[in-house]
Amino acid sequence: MLSALLVMAGIAIVLGAVLGYAAIKFRVEGNPLVDKIDAVLPQTQCGQCSYPGCKPYATAIAAGEADINRCPPGGEEGIQKLADLLGVDFKPFGGDTNAPKPKSVAIIDESTCIGCTLCIQACPVDAIVGAAKQMHTVIASECTGCELCIAPCPVDCIVMLPIEEKISNWKWKYPVYTLNAVETDRAAEAALQRTNGRAPG
Amino acid sequence: MRKLFHFHGGIHPPSNKTQSTQTAITSAPLPTKLTIPFHQHAGETAKPVVKVGDHVLKGQLIGMPDGFVSSAVHASTSGTIAAIDMQLIAHPSGLPNLCATLIPDGKDEWVTLNPVDYRSHSVAELQQLLRMAGVVGLGGAAFPSDVKLRIGKQKIKTLILNGAECEPYITCDDMLMRERAAEIVQGAEILRFMLDADEVLYGVEDNKPEAIAALQQAITASKSAQQNKSHEVIAIPTIYPGGSAKQLIRVLTGLEVPSGKLPTDIGVQCFNVATAYTVHRALAHGEPLLSRVVTITGNVRKAQNYEVLIGVPINELVALSVALSDTNGYIMGGPMMGVPLHAMNAPGPAVQVPVVKATNCVIAASAKLFPPPQPALPCIRCTRCVEVCPADLQPQDLYWFAQSKEFGRAQAFSLFDCIECGACSYVCPSHIPLVQYYRFAKSEIRAREYDKLLADQARERHDYREHRIEREKREKAEKLAAKEKAAQAAKLAAQPLTPQQQTEQAELAARREHIREVAQSAVEHPEG
Ligand code: SF4
Ligand code: SF4
Ligand code: SF4
Ligand code: SF4
Repeated sequence: MLSALLVMAGIAIVLGAVLGYAAIKFRVEGNPLVDKIDAVLPQTQCGQCSYPGCKPYATAIAAGEADINRCPPGGEEGIQKLADLLGVDFKPFGGDTNAPKPKSVAIIDESTCIGCTLCIQACPVDAIVGAAKQMHTVIASECTGCELCIAPCPVDCIVMLPIEEKISNWKWKYPVYTLNAVETDRAAEAALQRTNGRAPG
Repeated sequence: MRKLFHFHGGIHPPSNKTQSTQTAITSAPLPTKLTIPFHQHAGETAKPVVKVGDHVLKGQLIGMPDGFVSSAVHASTSGTIAAIDMQLIAHPSGLPNLCATLIPDGKDEWVTLNPVDYRSHSVAELQQLLRMAGVVGLGGAAFPSDVKLRIGKQKIKTLILNGAECEPYITCDDMLMRERAAEIVQGAEILRFMLDADEVLYGVEDNKPEAIAALQQAITASKSAQQNKSHEVIAIPTIYPGGSAKQLIRVLTGLEVPSGKLPTDIGVQCFNVATAYTVHRALAHGEPLLSRVVTITGNVRKAQNYEVLIGVPINELVALSVALSDTNGYIMGGPMMGVPLHAMNAPGPAVQVPVVKATNCVIAASAKLFPPPQPALPCIRCTRCVEVCPADLQPQDLYWFAQSKEFGRAQAFSLFDCIECGACSYVCPSHIPLVQYYRFAKSEIRAREYDKLLADQARERHDYREHRIEREKREKAEKLAAKEKAAQAAKLAAQPLTPQQQTEQAELAARREHIREVAQSAVEHPEG
């Protein structure tokens, strides 16, 4: 009996030491939940969630201070992802957030640009290149479409253009096929309706 | 007799090949206008290197390869570049892409050709020559051949020449093998040389006895191939999709290409017979890829194979074979995997689109040949699709996940191993357009992965920017502190101070210290 107790105690001590060591050795810097939330946010860094970027919003969600339905660029799919990650219910967009819109990129009208560098300072992802008094250009592939560069421009030469569908970004659509109810059989018709109802889009 | 292996599943649709093998390959006449797309291959679009109004010669480079996976594009005949703009092409989206419009001058005048002897060039030089000759896979995927020949340190044991041509109606490879076997064998020998492969196996389905005989004869007659004693023609059982690369490799070698791996990872590389022919023309004759053999068949008066210049409008080509009056559409490619082409103004690509390097066949369709699809019914889980799937997948599960948009689970069920052969849709008693669901799911997953990549890059740039702003602030504060210190030291060194001055100095220093603290805390808690 005593030996059994001693063995158990010994195991407990050893395991405790291992766990303690592991906690020190493998300590994760930062908050892993914040990083997980940040990983599903779209990184547009637009501030529409009323936080100064995606990471601060992620921090606020993790702290339970913010709702999951505040990020328009993420769309409803983004809300769904957050809901799945956090194990909470899906919520439609709240009243004060902007409605999601198609992804766009900023285009600078290069003949009007005066090279003031204000948009460079505003861009959260360093997607604008140009030097003082030189014409500026947006690197389209790096622009997240946050629109933060529009307001600072003193000559209003930046516009947002929605990304158009090209062969390179074209996607196969959800199959839609006409369901001709040719069969008179009741059961077949009911089955048809079921397929129909299941197929969104 | 070589031991052959089997792959799982497969189907036996009516082959419909004899119609188009009755006459020899004929050259299609020069059209009044050619539309040559700059993106005819997998990978990056070629960069136009000619201007509108330029006069070009046959074989002149008009599109420079741009990026690692890319290929050159050439003028198919001599003439004038009338436009470089967006034109409709044969793409399922029906969207336009960048094309050069070439008005032939009728002279068909060649540029100076530079034939080379492959044995006197390094493999790297040959790869570059093929890239600049615009040689891509002619089996359908149009993957640049030079990239498939860049194998690194991998040892290639078997080179497979794909002459299976398993899809119904298509006979362009069959006719090419019958008529130009010698050049295919020479091209195969060049490919073998470049890959340093031990053996060359020609896989041809046993419904093409003429092609098999022609290849065998060409191998016996060819000096270089004979020297190596390594070329062998193998008749394989006729079953769809036996001409798909992974399935053909399995039949000929018994090897399985693991999921997500390339054939080269197991010491095999595979080229279409028509590609081998083009490789030979490109090196031994210096001719870039300007034309290919296209089968015109289906609902036409005279089904036949034509040698067609890249850029010829498909409707002009079909007119040579005279489509019958009840023709209600066209298919570019075979009936299993092809792209439907409609009459102008209907949704999807129109039949006026040009022939490209990937165009192997155009089928005129009629309601009799291709009855309209029957309405889809729910899946009854009969597992007939499972029985025929050559990739050994569970098509009914993939369908379920794709239609309910559970992409993660579809991926876990190896969606990306699906070769979109259509065997499952062919046998499905519920007439479910299964492949359409797989294509939808695949392109959604790809788009999401791309978005994720962009988001990760944006996060990195954003973090870097924050870091940079922080650093700049800190550096400013440090510089200020250093300056003050230097000034103080200089003052102290200048003269001995009276006790009163000393207290004043100390007071000053304390005040400065306070200011620094304030500045520092502003850095630590920046506003906004
Ligand atoms: S609203 Fe903008 S800043 Fe906020 S999480 Fe979404 S993308 Fe990021
Ligand atoms: S370029 Fe303008 S819209 Fe694009 S990310 Fe930068 S600030 Fe935002
Ligand atoms: S063949 Fe069609 S009905 Fe049968 S299990 Fe497959 S998808 Fe379902
Ligand atoms: S289309 Fe895909 S799932 Fe269907 S049989 Fe072919 S490989 Fe299998």
